[in-house]
Amino acid sequence: MNLRVNGEVVTVPDSVRTIKGVIDHFNINNPVIIVEHNDTILDKNAHEKTQIFEGDKIELVQFVGGG
Amino acid sequence: MNDRYSRQTLFAPIGEKGQRRLKKKHVLLVGAGALGTGNAESLVRGGVGKITIVDRDYVEWSNLQRQQLFVESDAIERIPKAIAAKKRLQQVNSEVEIEAHILDVDPQEFESLIENVDLIIDATDNFDIRMIINDISQKYGVPWIYGSCVGSYGISFTIIPNQTPCLHCLMETVPIGGLTCDTAGIISPAANMVVVYQTAEALKILTEDWGARREKLVSFDLWKNEESKINVSSLRKADCTSCGVHPTYPFLDYENQTKSAVLCGRDSVQIRPAKKEKRDLETIAQTLSSMGKVEQNPFLLSFTVEKKRLVLFQDGRTLIHGTKNISEAKTLYHRYLG
Ligand SMILES: [Zn+2]
Repeated sequence: MNLRVNGEVVTVPDSVRTIKGVIDHFNINNPVIIVEHNDTILDKNAHEKTQIFEGDKIELVQFVGGG
Repeated sequence: MNDRYSRQTLFAPIGEKGQRRLKKKHVLLVGAGALGTGNAESLVRGGVGKITIVDRDYVEWSNLQRQQLFVESDAIERIPKAIAAKKRLQQVNSEVEIEAHILDVDPQEFESLIENVDLIIDATDNFDIRMIINDISQKYGVPWIYGSCVGSYGISFTIIPNQTPCLHCLMETVPIGGLTCDTAGIISPAANMVVVYQTAEALKILTEDWGARREKLVSFDLWKNEESKINVSSLRKADCTSCGVHPTYPFLDYENQTKSAVLCGRDSVQIRPAKKEKRDLETIAQTLSSMGKVEQNPFLLSFTVEKKRLVLFQDGRTLIHGTKNISEAKTLYHRYLG
């Protein structure tokens, strides 16, 4: 399945079906992350149940500490 | 009168009017690392009226790769970053009033530093202090610009009291915690990019061109060629304890005790005594010189013993290098410095 993640088209395996799956696919273990799915900001506890489909637009924004 | 700002005033959205406004403004810059030195240089060159720089650290060799105001002699002499930055900035533009504080700033000190400040720029390296900045911003109605970076990644967002969500709103959508310090390194363009976003927003705010503000949260990865701008206005919470209807400013309210913290990726622990009092570095140096190697400059004392290095600032704050173990660090602190 093709998704547009942070502006880039990426192909993820079919086993990836939810936002949580996308986060895991990219090995992101930062708990401080904001996800926008097709222009809507998701609630943190909606990551697991939000399904993704071909062509979805996803923005993953991580909060980091450095400076 | 020279034409120092002519190219900036030629830029129509700023113009002479914006330049006059900029000259009347006071920026509080928290942190003088990569983000701090970049922001400071741009604003000072641009002709901001006054800038107050607060930083707790001193210049080390590993800073020179990206912290643009520092030179080798600053690292050799371990000059505090606030002092080294001020020296260089004053050479860049003598018209700007520059105030430097060597300080691991706590909420009380913030309350005095915030007086007459028009904008706070975050150039810190941890969320403890950002949450304090966030509460100060809300309590005093002063905007602030969050920025951070690691590796090739960076993020920035401008927080305007009563308009945008605050950092507490944004962070509450996810658990606070897991904010571990990263040892992924940092490349200078990532820091510079965050600086670019921060200073552009700062110029808009300081010249009062509010309509030009970028309202979105921006993030990027310069190595993965990714960028993202998202609208987070829906995350503003009416019951937020920092910016909501009944704010309590929880991060300004912590008991005043000795604080110690492991510093990010540096094999160092900071000990901050409960009561700030000026230490007599001269006398301490004499006492310690029989036990190990003592080096000194007017701002701090460095003492090497047991393969550890203790760096004592005048206000009593101490960095213990060579350990990540807080209790070992405290033992060394009490053994040699009281
Ligand atoms: Zn809030």
